[in-house]
Amino acid sequence: MTGKKPVFNPQILNHPPVEQTGVEERSVRFTKRSIKGPSKMQGLELVLSMIDLTTLEGKDTPGKVNQLCTKAKHLHDHIPGLPTVAAICVYPSMVSVAKKALEGTKINVASVATAFPSGQSSLRIKLADTRLAVEQGADEVDMVISRGKFHAGEYAYVFDEIAAVKAACDKARLKVILETGELGTLDQVRKASTIAIAAGADFIKTSTGKIQSAATLPVTLVMLETIRDHFQKTGKKVGMKPAGGISKSKLALHYLVMVKETLGDVWLDKHWFRFGASSLANDVLMQVAKEKAGNYQSPNYFSID
Amino acid sequence: MAKKKKWEYSPAPESKQPAAIAGRYELFINGKWQKPSSSTYFNSINPATEEKLSEIATANETDVNKAVQAAKQAYEKYWKKISPTERGKYIFRIARIMQERARELAVTETLDGGKPIRESRDFDIPTAANHFFYYAGWADKLDFAFPNKKANSLGVAGQITPWNFPLLMAAWKIAPALATGNTVVLKPAETTSLTTLKLAEIIQEAELPPGVVNIITGDGQTGAWLTKHNDVNKIAFTGSTEVGKIIQRSLAGSQKKLTLELGGKGANIIFEDAPIDQAVEGVVNGIFFNQGHVCCAGSRLYVQESIAKKFIQKLKDRIGTLLVGDPMDKNTDIGAINSAQQLKTIQAYIKIGKAEGATFFETDCVLPKKGFFCRPTLFTNVAQSNRIAQEEIFGPVLSILTFRTDDEVIEKANNSPYGLSAGIWTDKGARIFNLSKRIRAGVIWANTYNLFDPTSPFGGYKESGFGREGGLQGLHPYVQLS
Repeated sequence: MTGKKPVFNPQILNHPPVEQTGVEERSVRFTKRSIKGPSKMQGLELVLSMIDLTTLEGKDTPGKVNQLCTKAKHLHDHIPGLPTVAAICVYPSMVSVAKKALEGTKINVASVATAFPSGQSSLRIKLADTRLAVEQGADEVDMVISRGKFHAGEYAYVFDEIAAVKAACDKARLKVILETGELGTLDQVRKASTIAIAAGADFIKTSTGKIQSAATLPVTLVMLETIRDHFQKTGKKVGMKPAGGISKSKLALHYLVMVKETLGDVWLDKHWFRFGASSLANDVLMQVAKEKAGNYQSPNYFSID
Repeated sequence: MAKKKKWEYSPAPESKQPAAIAGRYELFINGKWQKPSSSTYFNSINPATEEKLSEIATANETDVNKAVQAAKQAYEKYWKKISPTERGKYIFRIARIMQERARELAVTETLDGGKPIRESRDFDIPTAANHFFYYAGWADKLDFAFPNKKANSLGVAGQITPWNFPLLMAAWKIAPALATGNTVVLKPAETTSLTTLKLAEIIQEAELPPGVVNIITGDGQTGAWLTKHNDVNKIAFTGSTEVGKIIQRSLAGSQKKLTLELGGKGANIIFEDAPIDQAVEGVVNGIFFNQGHVCCAGSRLYVQESIAKKFIQKLKDRIGTLLVGDPMDKNTDIGAINSAQQLKTIQAYIKIGKAEGATFFETDCVLPKKGFFCRPTLFTNVAQSNRIAQEEIFGPVLSILTFRTDDEVIEKANNSPYGLSAGIWTDKGARIFNLSKRIRAGVIWANTYNLFDPTSPFGGYKESGFGREGGLQGLHPYVQLS
């Protein structure tokens, strides 16, 4: 580990309030952008390259993970020149399988960790969970914050926990899942984002995908604004990953519009922006095929994994 | 990292075809299209391309007289006599046909006035239709609007609308007049008559009795004949304070009722505890909506000094993302200035601002070669005694001032001949109540700006006019209570 252990500074909690109606109004404006022609095609390919193709189920097996990795490498070989997804996202126990399957590609392996999805465990267990993922070869770690501690007002605990996991990640990039559906208000989303970023998150991520109300445009906007404010203050970039509930191309393009107009073109890159999704890829592929062929094709032509 | 191609929005132009604009428009008098007795026509142009769209009849005194007589007869013969429920049905019908023809109206509004298609499609047309729906509902419920009183109609309403929201302002005027049992002669602004003429077609399609609504076109002179006509019982005018004063003078001593909705210099006030990012949006909405051609625009921005630097930087970053250009492109945020004359006025004020020593900032977007366009502009370091802080510019130009305390900003906000609108941005509820009580403005928004609804009254204090449009209060100017 390099650098000093970050120390919680309560002053970071003095962020401006968030007005929900205003955030919603702004979010609607992004959806009014009309993405047509070449910009649609470019946007769709960009979306594909930003996907973390995900399987996070109790019934995951090496067989399933291997198939998903094949899908990641061969999204739709009928159309040449398509990008691959950014990463495969699995449980720690499946990291080695995915790592092997993706050998020789540029596709990363991301692993959830820290007693995902609830995070209801001790720091010792969470760190062990993280180390397991990293030792197996995970390039990225998706941790969850302790929402219970957050709601109890123990912000220093939440902060220290993230910092400790970050240290355990070694070279792996850390995505911090806020599980915004459990945070209640956009003010809380802003606060949790601020804490995660200050504690060393490389990415902040909306949701586990395990509860309803996952990624939404308003929630993502508040997180992007937190990233922007941090960048303007420190010059340091942080990535963003909305996850769960984004299954349609059109919505994904709206997210890109939001990123472009909030953070700028630099963030329109898989290094700084990801979609956590499982069914989005095929919807995008169907749109790409439609743009190329001029008409929609049956979903039967697109491999499910 | 390899340099990738930047992701830009490809052009997304709306088709002009649905507008179906005729080559020539006559006067709509007594339910029929009639040639002007002057036999003269004026051109209506597209401010984004300077191309001619159509030619429009000029109504002279004879035509005005004809229109008023038609309205008077229709009032006596039909409108006064039919049941309020029937009246309501006609108004509902207008609203529904407007919705059916929404695309045609939106495209026409954008071609004729220069506003972005996104705004005419998502704001002007639906809000106009909603206004008719809302007042249609009141038509047979006037006894509930005025308990224990009888609401008597006035007769003929003479109405003059401005060029910034042509169809919406026509709706604001016609809907309450009809609902309360009055007949109408309306003159739209010279540069933007087309959607109002299409509204005349809709009124024809809705089979209103002839003469209940008459639409006459022309310049200020036509309007003057209308306001001076002896058989007009009520005048409703939306436009400049200058013209409003002339109308009020010309009506002195007459029995005519009058409402004026005039200019403004809205104070938009940002406290240090405001939701900053949303306030930035509110400021953008407040001044760049409809190219700043909004009487209630938040054109005077007051930022608490402790956050001024940070706030202004955020504002500059945000307006850098605004897309200025072809109003027909669905992605355009700021369209064309309504007329060459208005562009000249705006440019004159920008010159004044610079000469007064305020700090000038504009975005670096590329403007189309043809048409009338203006970049989003900010002036910082503006003082209360600068003309750009006092006078209505009616364009995408924002004057930014700072303040320290609540009392100071209240005093500054009120230190204006206008009193139409204001905005307050703070996390503190008590502060909102305190300020909204003490600021003399007809509309005060808290943590939002430029939000409209037919149920909410709109109107001004001081030189911003008097009388209210919208809501239950919007019925008052069109009735005599007994």
